This record gives sequence, structure tokens and C-alpha cells, in this order.
Amino acid sequence: MEPLSWADILGRIFVQFTPVWIALVVVFAASIWFKRNLGLYGKLFDSTIGMIGFALVMFWVFTGIFGAMDMVVTHDALNQISVMKNKAPGTPVMGAGEDVYPYYLLGGDNLARDVFSRMVKGAWVVVQIAPLATLFAFMVGITLGLPAGFYGGRLDTLLSFLANLILAFPVILLFYLLVTPEIIATGIPNYMATCLFVFPLIFVAILLNSRYHTQPALRTPLLIGVLGVLGWLYLSLISEVGSKVQVIPGFLDLFDVPGGILVVFVSVVFVNSPTVFRIVRGLTMDIKTRDYVAAAQTRGEGPWYIMLWEILPNARGPLIVDFCLRIGYTTILLGTLGFFGLGLPPESPDWGTTINDGRRLLSIYLHPAIVPALSLLSLVLGLNLLADGLREESLKD
Amino acid sequence: MGLFILRRLWVMILTALALTYIVFFLTNLYPNLEKLAKSQGNFRMTDAQVETYLGNRGYLQSTPLKYAQWLGVAPGWVITGTDGETRARCAAPGAAAETATTFCGILQGNWGFSTVFKDGVGSIVATRLALTGKLMFWVMVLMVPSALLLGVLAGMREGTRTDRALSTVAITTTATPEYVSGVILIAVFSSSAVGLKWFKGTATSAMENATFENFFLPVLTIALYGMGYIARMTRASMAEVMTAQYIRTARLKGVSFPNIVMKHALRNALIAPFTVIMLQFPWLLNGVVIVETLFNYKGFGWTLVQAAGNNDIELLLGVSVVSVFVVLVTQLISDIGYVYLNPRISVS
Repeated sequence: MEPLSWADILGRIFVQFTPVWIALVVVFAASIWFKRNLGLYGKLFDSTIGMIGFALVMFWVFTGIFGAMDMVVTHDALNQISVMKNKAPGTPVMGAGEDVYPYYLLGGDNLARDVFSRMVKGAWVVVQIAPLATLFAFMVGITLGLPAGFYGGRLDTLLSFLANLILAFPVILLFYLLVTPEIIATGIPNYMATCLFVFPLIFVAILLNSRYHTQPALRTPLLIGVLGVLGWLYLSLISEVGSKVQVIPGFLDLFDVPGGILVVFVSVVFVNSPTVFRIVRGLTMDIKTRDYVAAAQTRGEGPWYIMLWEILPNARGPLIVDFCLRIGYTTILLGTLGFFGLGLPPESPDWGTTINDGRRLLSIYLHPAIVPALSLLSLVLGLNLLADGLREESLKD
Repeated sequence: MGLFILRRLWVMILTALALTYIVFFLTNLYPNLEKLAKSQGNFRMTDAQVETYLGNRGYLQSTPLKYAQWLGVAPGWVITGTDGETRARCAAPGAAAETATTFCGILQGNWGFSTVFKDGVGSIVATRLALTGKLMFWVMVLMVPSALLLGVLAGMREGTRTDRALSTVAITTTATPEYVSGVILIAVFSSSAVGLKWFKGTATSAMENATFENFFLPVLTIALYGMGYIARMTRASMAEVMTAQYIRTARLKGVSFPNIVMKHALRNALIAPFTVIMLQFPWLLNGVVIVETLFNYKGFGWTLVQAAGNNDIELLLGVSVVSVFVVLVTQLISDIGYVYLNPRISVS
């Protein structure tokens, strides 16, 4: 068989992405149709930049999701077909069975794996970890930043000192210290996870309690229900059979997070939360002087009600924008970890690890490193454009 | 002002102490020490051998005590080992234990001994830092003027096509981490596959003899990532200044547009970017580690990776002291500079 021309390659890649295109068209059609009823999200579709950003982000999100369901990929991401080592894009697969896809669309890497399929699988790693880690960092930053900005004084001094302490650490040094097999063996990441992941629980508990504490009949069952579910998820997340933190027996454990992924997750949350803390603290200090806060105080509302139901909703604009930017930053951090071979297993298809593998032979074979590099670039660019669009639209009203 | 600097210095010292203690604690955890013993002694040591090896070399004392010795506030250990040999922390490599001084730590100017490079930490850090300093200097020379130019050009007429185009460039560079732009730049400009071969893909030869050919790519890679951010800050600040009352007054007086930008707007617009540029240093440190690894330029960042990868405790501590110091000093300078540039702010 002849190798494919570039037009053929692009055509075939386009066909492979069919489910993604369908999903994108559906999302865009629905969003534009109902955009007047969708608040800030709907307004996003008034700005070209925001739409481009949103399209790029959703492209990778859908690629990740469908890739995890084995829909977009052409080959198994770990399967090696030895004759395909370092082959150029569009090379036909030789010496494999009938049911194998006949081409390596974007070529083979130095271990003869399909670059295209690894790129798609790598999107799933990012889509799984980055938004969730950013969300956790926001929970930690908000739960600590609100009281620091609202009360000020000693509490503020102490928390700000701790935040600056973490910020003064060079990120890569921190990663090198935290994300090593030796440190994982001591269980420190598990203990850190135990501390950091309790913040969402605290956040939700205070959020609901401050709102409904005047109606105990509603509050008590609500809190028990919500905290029960969250607590179970929390315990399943941190507890792992055979590791240092094993709180609940194995049969109650809903899911297992491999030690490597957990430590990556923990360190990314740990690095991101001080910045979020500083943003929330600054916003709180600004907003607490407003009239509606004084009105709530006159009404006799408690401090936590004011923080979570008066200040936080009014700080949402900058926080949503920063959330988008921060997912991009988290993606870059994940890539950095992969680039230095920390945390994630060496055969992992995530983009950082793939770039690191590919760069050794960069002067001869471009495609194994360039493909994940451009993927990462487009995703982070999309997130930045999305944040820009959101910022512009939220400033309009 | 003096009091402000004093207070900041106190916080700085406290931060540096806390951070080095954290590094010290993490590197002195037993699994790390075990790895160190095995890589220094031999890889087939049994657990008991590892323990005597570490005990003989003073590694099994309590962490606060070891930290105090490293600082130089506690007397260095002198241990007669199970093998009958007497070792002292303060003895020079190869010298007898009896000749050692009582205290030897950071305060006495003794930075310790690197187990990987077999050399004093002080001299390693000094030479590597000089190499990285060269890199950073050229990064600054390239990055700051181009970022300011980009930002001012985009911000002086907000919303025009020039602004849109330049802002997109700025966003794209901030979205490109060093390991991505570095890989793309090497692929385009130095690989035999594309065939341009304008620059070299490694910067190893730039350590002795930096030329445009072997040094431009690493410099450009670091500069690109920081540039976008500074440019966006400059643009925002410039756009804000251009809507100010006094600019309108100058316009109505009939001052020409270039004159308004150069004489009236620029000075006020550059206050915000100044702090941002100073605060970029910690980020640049990050970029330096990636770029030095990518281009095999054996500077400070490369040393950090080597020290951390091999759990070279004293070198790692030296590296972290220096980097923490850089971060804190730049924060201090940015605060002081901000006050100087902006008379509306007082520090009391």
C-alpha cells in the first residue's frame, strides 16, 4: 500500500473525529438557540473570541470523552507494531491483522505506537485531572480566602504568610520533592490529600448551614444527606487498600486512585490554591465595604452567611475568568510533570510525557513531539481565549 | 520606609528558614536517605548495612538537630562509627576528624558538599548561577523591550485591528509553555527534517562561547512565555491611561498623538508592568529549569534537576536557598519600586 498524502491524512483524521464534530454542532446549535436564557454562558456566544475559545476547549473535552470510550482512536495507545517505529505520518500498517486500522495517521513514535491514538488518549488524562484539580484548588482557596479577607487581623497575617511561603517555592523544586516514589512510600501525599480534600466538605457544610440554619427541619436532613454522600466519596478518594491511609474497608471503597495520579493531583492542588486564596482575599476585602454587606449585617445575618451568600456571588465574575485561566495553567503544570517524568507512569499517553519521549529524536523525527505539543498549545490557547471572552462579556453589564 | 524594609527583611528570613526546613525535612525522610546510601555505597546493601552506613555518617540524628548543624547554630557531629573510623561533619573530605572545627554551617559560610558532583556546594552554585545569569540577562534584553512595545502599541488605540492582532499574539505566547515552544522552535529551526538549520538545537557550547547561533533559541523560548503576560499587563494599563482626563486635555490642546503617547501616557502606563516584570523572576526560574533541560545548558536549573533527581541533600538546600532568596528579593524590590514610581501609595 502507498503512504497517504497530506490531504488524505487530514481527510481521514476529519472522519475519525466525526462523533466530536456531531457533539460540537449539537452543543453550539443548542447554545445559540437558547442563548438569551443562559445568562453569562449564553452571552459568550455574542463574542467571536469567546466562541473560538469555547470551540477549542469543547473539541478537546469531547475528544477526551469519546477517546476514553474508544471511539476516536484508531489503535490501542499502548500497542506496539514493531515495523512502524518512527514511521512518517500516513504510513500503512504492515504485518498486522485484518481488523486493524490500515494506517498510522500521524505516524509512529520511537516505541512504534500510534501517535494519533496517543494524542487522543492524552486528552482524556488532561480532561480528567485539570478541571477537577482546579475545582479543588478553588474550594481550598475560597474556604480560606473568604475569612482571611473578611476578618483580617491575625488570621489574615497567618494565612497570607503560609500562602506566600508556598508561592515562594519554585514549582519544579516542589514537584521534585513531592512527586517521587520515595515520598509516595512515606505516605505524605496521602496525608496531604486527607487535609486538602476535606475543604470541599467544609465548604459545602458551611454553605448549606449558613443558609438554612433558621429552618432546622430542612437543614438537618439536607446536611446529613449531602455530607453523607460527599463523605463517602471523600473517604473513597483518600483511602486506599495497602497505602498509609486506609480508613474504610476495601468493599466500601468506591474507586481507587493509583498512588502516582493521587500525588500529581495533590501537588497540583497544593500549588494552585495559594494563588486562588490571594485572589479571593483581595476580592473579599474590596466587596465587604459595599452597602449590601452593611445591609445584611444590619439584618442580623451571621458572618458566614455574608461571606458565602453575599460576597461570594458578587465575586463570581473575576473568579469564573480566573477558573478558565487556571485550568489552562493546571494543564501546563501537568505537562511540566510529564516532561520531567514525574508522577505519571512512563507509558502514560499524556502530552507532557509524550513530548519528553519525542524530544530526544527531535532533529530527525518531528511528529512524535510536535503532535502533542500542538494539542497542548491549542487547548491552553482555547482556555485563554474563553477566559478573555468571558471577561469581556461580564464587563459589559 | 526604613522600618518597612526592616519588617520585610524579618518576614523574608522567617520565610527562608521555613522553606529550607521543609526542603530539609523532605530530603531527610528515611526512604530518601536509603536511596542516597544505596547510590553512594552500593545498590546491593541490605537494610542493616544501609542503617549502619547512615548512622556512621550522622544521617540518623533527629531532623531539627541536623538542620541546626546545617545552619551552623549547633556543633557538627563527630561520630566514631561501628567500623572504628571517626568521622566529623566539619572535616574537609579526606582530612582527619580531629582537625575539624566545632561549627560548620551556612552561618560560617560552609554550604556543604555535593554528593553528585563531588565538589563544594558553594562553588557549584556560584558557577552555575553565573551561567544562568548570562541566560537571564539576554532573556531580559529580548523580553522586556519587545513586551513593552507590544503592549504600548496594542493599548494606545484600544479596539482597533492592530490591538486585536497584537493581543492575539500575546495570548498565544502566554498559552505556550516553554516545553511546547522549545520543541516547536527546535523542530522548525534546527532539525534536519525541516532543513532550515538556522540555529543549533543544543546550547551546551554556549556555556563557554555564546553565539547568536547556539544561544538564540533558548533565550527566545524563555522570553516568549513571559513576554505575552507583560504585554497584556502593559496593554491594560496603557488602555486605562489613554482614557484618563489629562490625555483628553492634551488632545484638546492640540498635542500630536505620538507626543501624547511618548510624553504623557507612557510614564504612567509603565508603573503596573514594572511590578509584573519583577514578579516574573520566579516564573522565569521555572522556565530556566525547563529550557536548560531541553537545550542541555548546564546552568542553575539543570543543577536543580540533577540535585533533586539524585537526592543530593546539601546541593538541593543550597539551590533552594538561592532560589527562595531570588524570589523574595524581587518581591521586595517590586514593592519598593512601586512606591517610588507611584507617589499616591504610602507604605505606613
